[in-house]
Order: sequence, then structure tokens, then C-alpha cells
Amino acid sequence: MPTVTVSVNGKSHTVDVAPETLLVELIREKLRLTGTHIGCDTSQCGACVVHVDGAAVKSCTMLAVSADGAKVTTIEGLANGSALHPMQEAFREHHGLQCGFCTPGMIMSAVDMVSRRGSELDERTIREELEGNICRCTGYHNIVKAVAAGAKAMKGGSKTARAAE
Amino acid sequence: MSATGIGAAVRRKEDHRFITGTGNYTSDITRPGEVRAYFVRSPHAHATIKKVDVKAAEKMPGVVAVLTGADLAGDKIGGLICGWAIFSKDGSPMKAGAHPAIAADKVRCVGDAVAVVLAETLAQARDAAEKVKVDYGTLPSVVDPAKAQAKGAPQVHDVAPNNTIYEWHLGDKAATDAAFASAKHVTKLDIVNNRLVPNAMEPRAAIAEYDQGNDSLTLWNTSQNPHVARLVISAFIGMAPEHKLRVIAPDVGGGFGSKIFIYPEEVVALWASRRVKRPVKWVSDRSEAFLTDAHGRDHVTHAEMAFDASGKITGLRAKTIANLGAYMSTFSSSVPTYLYATLLSGQYAIPSIYCEVDAVYTNTAPVDAYRGAGRPEATFVVERLVEVGAREQGIDPAELRRRNFVKSFPHQTPVIMAYDAGDYNASLTKAMEMADYKNFGKRKADSEKKGKLRGIGFSTYIEACGIAPSQAVGSLGAGVGLWESAEVRVNPTGSVEILTGSHSHGQGHETTFAQLVSERLGVPIETVSVVHGDTDKVQFGMGTYGSRSGAVGMSAIVKALDKVEAKAKKVAGYMMEASADDIEFKNGSFTVKGTDKKVGWGDVTLNAYIAHKFTGGQLEPGLKEGAFYDPTNFTFPAGCHIAEVEIDPDTGKTEIANWVAVDDFGVIINPMIVEGQVHGGIAQGIGQALLEGASYNSDGQLVTGSFMDYTMPRADDLPNFKVGTTVTKCPSNPLGIKGCGEAGAIAAPAALINAITNAVGHEKVPMPASPSAVWKAAQGGMKRAAE
Repeated sequence: MPTVTVSVNGKSHTVDVAPETLLVELIREKLRLTGTHIGCDTSQCGACVVHVDGAAVKSCTMLAVSADGAKVTTIEGLANGSALHPMQEAFREHHGLQCGFCTPGMIMSAVDMVSRRGSELDERTIREELEGNICRCTGYHNIVKAVAAGAKAMKGGSKTARAAE
Repeated sequence: MSATGIGAAVRRKEDHRFITGTGNYTSDITRPGEVRAYFVRSPHAHATIKKVDVKAAEKMPGVVAVLTGADLAGDKIGGLICGWAIFSKDGSPMKAGAHPAIAADKVRCVGDAVAVVLAETLAQARDAAEKVKVDYGTLPSVVDPAKAQAKGAPQVHDVAPNNTIYEWHLGDKAATDAAFASAKHVTKLDIVNNRLVPNAMEPRAAIAEYDQGNDSLTLWNTSQNPHVARLVISAFIGMAPEHKLRVIAPDVGGGFGSKIFIYPEEVVALWASRRVKRPVKWVSDRSEAFLTDAHGRDHVTHAEMAFDASGKITGLRAKTIANLGAYMSTFSSSVPTYLYATLLSGQYAIPSIYCEVDAVYTNTAPVDAYRGAGRPEATFVVERLVEVGAREQGIDPAELRRRNFVKSFPHQTPVIMAYDAGDYNASLTKAMEMADYKNFGKRKADSEKKGKLRGIGFSTYIEACGIAPSQAVGSLGAGVGLWESAEVRVNPTGSVEILTGSHSHGQGHETTFAQLVSERLGVPIETVSVVHGDTDKVQFGMGTYGSRSGAVGMSAIVKALDKVEAKAKKVAGYMMEASADDIEFKNGSFTVKGTDKKVGWGDVTLNAYIAHKFTGGQLEPGLKEGAFYDPTNFTFPAGCHIAEVEIDPDTGKTEIANWVAVDDFGVIINPMIVEGQVHGGIAQGIGQALLEGASYNSDGQLVTGSFMDYTMPRADDLPNFKVGTTVTKCPSNPLGIKGCGEAGAIAAPAALINAITNAVGHEKVPMPASPSAVWKAAQGGMKRAAE
């Protein structure tokens, strides 16, 4: 059985995994970080988005062995201690979530969106960028608001910028 | 209004765990020693099972057991049931076929379970499942509800000849036919209400654990109503006595109706856990969800509306064939009957209505309640007829609606419902202002200059929510009462726990219910917690669906709070040596009328438990009260949605240019949460009208079986929504709440199809109105315009 060493949320783990193990399975089942969710089996829904070496990845499309040596951030690693990341705070403030199941992936995608597209995001950009994340509850209206506000707050030099990365 | 009381947009208490990844969904739970379950499912829509050979699978690595339908039958585990009895016109009861949790003799749809493999890991269970050999005798299948009753059609269940479950009707046929005979104008429509897959983002899951020492079972599952699940699994399926079965629905990731029902997999998990004496975990993957979650809608309808010379509606008649799929799911029978035909009066005073509904079996996934459940189907029929009727008679659609609105209350419709309060003109007027209706012509002209087609469509919808009172639903065939329970536990330090039979799967009960308590008791919202979803904690409850948690669930809390306040006044009376009748309670303080004597909430709650001042022994210590609330009527949320679209006639692409929703939900506890519910409902309604449609081929294979084939609304498919409200209080419950959860999904499809047909000048636009369908209609409309 292959051995994989990954840094997840700033903590190094060395684990034995079956070769077919997906990164999301490693995260959820071996490391018991269950904030990263599985919502489909075709890499469409985005509930499993994490950051691998600073870039958003659908963790259901990556083998755990491919993450050997990588730095992974999951939703659990986004806040700086008890201080929420501005994007987390924005989702709460703007009611960007209802059942919460798609939320971790949404937030991880949104943070990645800001790092790629900057902090001044118009509605159209946000909607297009969220193509890979499905939400069934909110109709996206408040998610779009939350992402725009979270992006601005990230620029504002929040103290809680991606602590683990 | 306080910052955390009724009417305040309080940020949600539950959000912290969801945004930090610390929620607790069923699939997040692991139990020591658990095995993973994987189902072997039929690849055929219709086949006899000649033989199931599990020998090779049993020898695979990690396999603990492979169980079949024969094993299930051998252990005398009962089949799944439909809990709402419907009777045909001739008085005969509905013809429900057997629904074993694992098929033993015959499979009736693709995805029907034929065996379950239990193994140490999911991968091992999957590998072993491939070794289960099933010898099928394939049979021809029927998938189209309009063809299910045809002579010679394949028979899904022997007990239901011609695949007909019931032939039901409602209303006065003779009076309605007379209205049509004397009509000045009759509008006729053929409508297909498309089949939808609910697709809550959290797939269903179940973990069952057998406790040998106590001979009891615990089930963690993705349920909207864990108590009903326990009742059905105990009383009808015979798994275990009710007191030996605990059902826990932890955080649930969306439901939209699909998690109301009792499903085969949770029954099998419980049974298997007792057999192998280890916890059994099953988590649906998305492909399984598409095949096995109960779908929604799937009606084929012919409907007609009669008008007199002044544009007054004099009659409505409809004939609907409702597809219930291969098995009757838990509440499937009620959806195309009492949740559908009873709403065919819409917001209008219609003197005569007659509706016939045939429910049929087909070789497709079961169909049951999905957000709106029957009411979107009714609204679509009524609002399409009214809009088309207005166009045919050359009357402005808003004006035609106004002429026919119910204006005085209470209003008894010809189809059971008695509307209690509303102001339909107010929501229409406000929506027209918000949509800038008067300048639509200018915008249309601007679109035409760009070579685009612009259209506007109304939907003035009504729904019946709460799904109660119990006596009423009982008289209509419901196997359960539809009240709600609450218990208010006040701790010695003054903090409060609310135990409720409602269950939140995204609706934010932990916040809104706490707002009610904060307002009522004058306590900080942080000191209130809500407990739900565990049959060992909450004694009984009916769960969350039918937009009922505010109107029914919170009313039960009000009743319990009334009792708490009465008792707390007695405690305060002892403390201040005054009669309880002289105690006033306001903003968290108890005072004696006409004096300056005053004690605070925390003093009273502590004294309730130390009981040092209860002289005479007439007052019991403690501060905990429970209540059951059974409404006296349904609630009737209503409103007006206006959709405006711009269509490219060359590509058929529809762009939603504007969406206005003005809803009357009665009193609103948290406007932020209510707006969120409206947004989500509209998105699902737009999804139905524009994007979504479950499609089976003639062999019964689900062609749209994944997110790659079934078009879920994505962020770039939808606009921002303009949401407003008007308020008439619901007179039948203490808070004046009507409910908001389903409105968007009920209103939206008709508004959007009305807008698209208005734009293209052609009424034959199917749902989903895909670009190719809209392009064809646009070509037809332009051809018609040229003639």
C-alpha cells in the first residue's frame, strides 16, 4: 500500500492508502476532516473543493497519491483560530447558505476566485466563476452577494488571510 | 421590535458550524466496528428475478454478508407503505402493489435493489457486488404515463389492472359542464408537467446500529421527519417496537420533500445491522440518488377554463394522469389529489370546478412530494389558463386576474379549501410597480431593435400550507395527524431549550425559533437552543414539509411558552408574596401590578428549581412545559410573481431580464431567512421551467442520470431576484404566519412560461423550455404573426 505524506491545514500527515483512494476520501475518512463534502460522482457539484498548493481542486478528481508532498487547505483550516476568514464571515452575514452542504466548497472556490480574479468582482464574473459549484437551496442570489462582499473584505487586509497556506 | 425578536433579520445561529466545516451530517458519522453497505441494483426497468447467486460474492475479500430479497422475506420484514388512502370515483380503495425493500421476485424500475453487500470497506463491498449473479427474465416496460393505461401495456403490479392505482375526482361535474355549455369563451390547454429529480446536495444516507444488550436499534438518517420514520419502520415494517427504535436525523443537507419518505435502504440497514450485529453504513452516491430518490411532478393534463362575456371565469375542468412510478412512495397518493385539485380555484372566485385524476404505475422511479407538491401543478394549470384566456380574449392579463380575484374572506371554493385571508390585488399591484409593467412596451420595442423577442408573464399563485388540521387531513385519507409538538425546558440559570418536532434541513429553525423565545421571554437569543431530529430527545413530532414549521411548529412553541409564562408568574407570586393574577411579565421582568416590586427572569427560573419559597406545597418545582398544536385550518400564502424574458429567436436562448416576487406570507419572523427561501424556491421553479427534466428512454433507462445530463440550475443560469411582501395575517394561528418555503417553486414555472410564450407569440412551449424548444416555438410564432 502506498504511503502518502501531505500537509493538511498546516499539519503533516503520513498515511498508508490504497492506490485508488481519492484525495477526498483521504481527507474525510483517514484524517476525519468531514467539512469537505461529496455531493456527486462526476466532478460537477464542487462540494469537495479544497486548496492544493494554493489552488482550488475538486478533491474527488485527484488521487490521494497525487497529493504526496502537497500542502492542502480544507474548510477547517481557513479560519485563523477563532477568527473567521472574511469569506466565511461574508457567507454568514449575507445568508449565503441554507442547508450548509455545498457551503465549504463554495467558500473554498470563492477564496480561490479572489486569488485569481482579484477583489473587485462584478456579478457576472462571480456567477461565471461559480459554474463548478452547485447549490440547491439559495438560488445563488445571496451567494453572489457574499462572494462580492467577502472579496472586498479580503482586500481590506483582514487579519485572517489564509492562515494555513 | 427588538434586535433579536420577531421581524429582525438575525444572522443564523447554525451558520458557524456550516461555514467552518464542523457540521454533522449523517455521512460524517462513523460508528465503531461499522461495515459498509452497497446495493446490487437492477439494470432492467422490468424483469422477473429467476435466481440470485451470491456465492462468489461472499468469498470476496472483506465481505461480511450478502443479503437478498429472499433473506428479507424470510425474516418477515414488511414492505414499504403509502400512508394516505385515496378512493376512486366508484368508492374502491387505491390499488397499492407490494414494495419490498429488496426485490425478491420481480424488479419494476432500474435501480430496484436485488441484494446488498456488507463489507469492511466500501471498495470491497463494491467489488463484491460485481460478483453477485442475477438471472433476470426481462419484460417489456412502460414509462409514459399517458400510455400506461393502454390496452396491452406491460403490467407493473398485478393488483392494479391497466396500471391504474385510482381514478379519483373532485368537484361538481354537472355544474361545471353546465358552466361550459353556457360559456362565451373556452380556453383549452394540454399540459405536461415535467418530471424532476429533487437533488438535495447531500445524498441520502443511513447508519444503523443494533445494541445487543438492550435489543434496540438506532438509525441515523437524512430525514425531514424522524418520528414518522420511526413510526412507519416500527408499526408497518415491523422492524422493532417503537420504544426500541431511535431515529436521529442530524444536520440534513437539503430535502425539498425527497427526505420525507421512508426508503428501502434505511430499512435494509436496520435489518442488516441486527443480522450481522455490527453497525451498517450506507451512503448514496449521486447516480443512486438519481435512480432511487423519489422524483417529483410528472403530470399529463388536459384543462379548460370557461369565461362569460365580461371575462369572468365561470368554470374550470381538468383531467390529469399522474405518474407515481414503480411503487407508491410514502405520501405519493396525496400529491396529485388533495394537494393538487384543491388548489385549482387559484386566487379566483370560480363557481364550478371539476377535476379527474388517474394515478398510474410505470417502470420508473417512484414519484412523491417535491417542493410545492401538487400546488405547483395546480398553479401551472390555473395560471396558464388565465394568461392564455386573457390573450385569446384580448384582455390585459393583469386586468383579467383582477376581475376574477377573490375579494371577500372567508371564501369557500368549490374544491374543499376555505381561504381565510388575503389581498391578491395588493400583491399584484405592488409586483407590477416593482416590475415597471407600464413601461414594458418600451422595453419590448428596444429588444425588437436588437432583433430580440421580449415577453412578460404573471403568476398569481395560491398555496395551502401547514398541511393540517389533523381532522381535515384524516377525513381526506391521511394515515397520520398533522399537528406539531413543542417542549420548552427552562434551566435553573434561565437558559432555554426548545424541543420541537419540526426538523430543519436548511430553513434556519435554530435561529427563528430562538427569535420567538427571545421576544416572548425577553432573554438573550444566545441563551436559547433548539433541539430537534432525535426521537429519544423530542417525544414526538410530524416533521418539516408543506411550509409548516412556522405556522404549525412555532405555534406549538407559543402554546408551550404560554404555559411556561403562567407557571413562572406563580413562582414570581410566591417570591413577591402576591397572587399570580397580579403578576405582570414584560421584557424579562416580573412585577406586581400597582407596586414597585420586581424580580428578574433568572431569579424566577432559579426559584422554580430550588422551590424554597413555595409555601403550601401547591406548586410543583421545575419550569418545563409541553404542548401539541393542531391548527384549525390550512394557511393560504399567496402572491404575484412577474417574469420578464428576452429571447434570441435565432438560437432560442432565453435570458431572464427581470424577476419580481411579491408574496403574502402573513407575519414574518426573520425577513432575511424568508427572502432566502423565496430565492431558493424561485430557482427550483426556474429550473423546472427552463432547465430540468428527468427523461427515460422507452426501455426505462434514465437518460438524465447524473449532473452531466440533468441540468441543475447554476449561478450563471439565474438572475438576481427582486423580492417584496404584502401582509395579511393568518387568522388561524397565534403568530399570524402563513409559511414561505414552497412559494417560489409554486409560482415560478407559470410566470416564466407565460413570459416565454408572450415573447414568442406561440403557446406550445414545453417544460423545460430548452433553447431548441423555444427556437421552434419562436419560428412558429413568427410564422403565425406573418400570416
